[in-house]
Amino acid sequence: MVKGRQGERVRLYVRGTVLGYKRSKSNQYPNTSLIQIEGLNTKEDVAWYCGKRMAYIYKAKVKKNGTHYRCIWGKVIRPHGNSGVVRAKFKSNLPPKSMGAKVRVFMYPSNI
Amino acid sequence: MAPKNSKVTRNPNLIPGIGKYSRSQMYHKKGLWAIKAKNGGQFPHHEKKAKPETTSEKPPKFYPADDVKKPLVNKRKPKPTKLRTSITPGTVLIILTGRFKGKRVVFLKQLPSGLLLITGPFKINGVPLRRVNQSYVIATSTKVDISGVDVNKLDDKYFGKKAEKKKKKGEGEFFEAEKEDKNVLPQEKKDDQKLVDASLIQSIEAVPDLKAYLAARFSLKSGMKPHELVF
Repeated sequence: MVKGRQGERVRLYVRGTVLGYKRSKSNQYPNTSLIQIEGLNTKEDVAWYCGKRMAYIYKAKVKKNGTHYRCIWGKVIRPHGNSGVVRAKFKSNLPPKSMGAKVRVFMYPSNI
Repeated sequence: MAPKNSKVTRNPNLIPGIGKYSRSQMYHKKGLWAIKAKNGGQFPHHEKKAKPETTSEKPPKFYPADDVKKPLVNKRKPKPTKLRTSITPGTVLIILTGRFKGKRVVFLKQLPSGLLLITGPFKINGVPLRRVNQSYVIATSTKVDISGVDVNKLDDKYFGKKAEKKKKKGEGEFFEAEKEDKNVLPQEKKDDQKLVDASLIQSIEAVPDLKAYLAARFSLKSGMKPHELVF
């Protein structure tokens, strides 16, 4: 990564929280996760975010590709319920320890 | 007849081994009826020339075990990506990803590959002439007057990777050759940048605050919801 800029951190993603897996009362389906995106409260708001890519970023002890940080990419698929929760599918299923962790929802592929 | 450069078959393959036209349709297409009519009802026939004696060819050592199928010809040409109506020449775009994420940048034109040609301008925010994909960009409603800019010579080839790799095999030269020639931007590219930016910067300075706007980066702040923002 080029370190030309000093301290210029631009946030071009919306913060989201992993709520858990898609589930019924006593069965869960780990291929789809439920994400709560900051600022989203209704099903209609979610339409803008459908298809946007997201990344679950976590740290590991072993350095891979020169960094301790690792990432699982995914995207917003559809709304979940009426209150702004979103269903997301990741390239590989999110690990259970991600529940309650942060996820970055990017603004691309953009349509504006 | 003049020799054609590309061989176009009259009978394209639907599936290897099956042509599109039937025997009688091909007879009509090849114009055999016209040749016969010219020749008075019979196909022209001439004596076979005596073949000169060729040295007998050796039978090949290797025959492939199975018949190798010829793949079907694909003549599809993909169209360039449709440009969003919000993006017109002179629009200020926000780059969402990559080295220049968050930078506000001026759109010049869409290249034949579908990518967008943008420039900082370089003096204002450090973004050179660059290609960017439409999906990784947000179009704002701010427009810059771009009439004075000549972008005709900028093409996809201009931005393509240079395919110059001479393989030297000499141990002493190895280390020296690797250190040289790493990402030295040729002077003509710098000149092109200056040319394009010159008239752009003038039109930018004509608008109050636009220069500072382009120099600043976009960032989401607390409480900003992208789906409610009007760009």
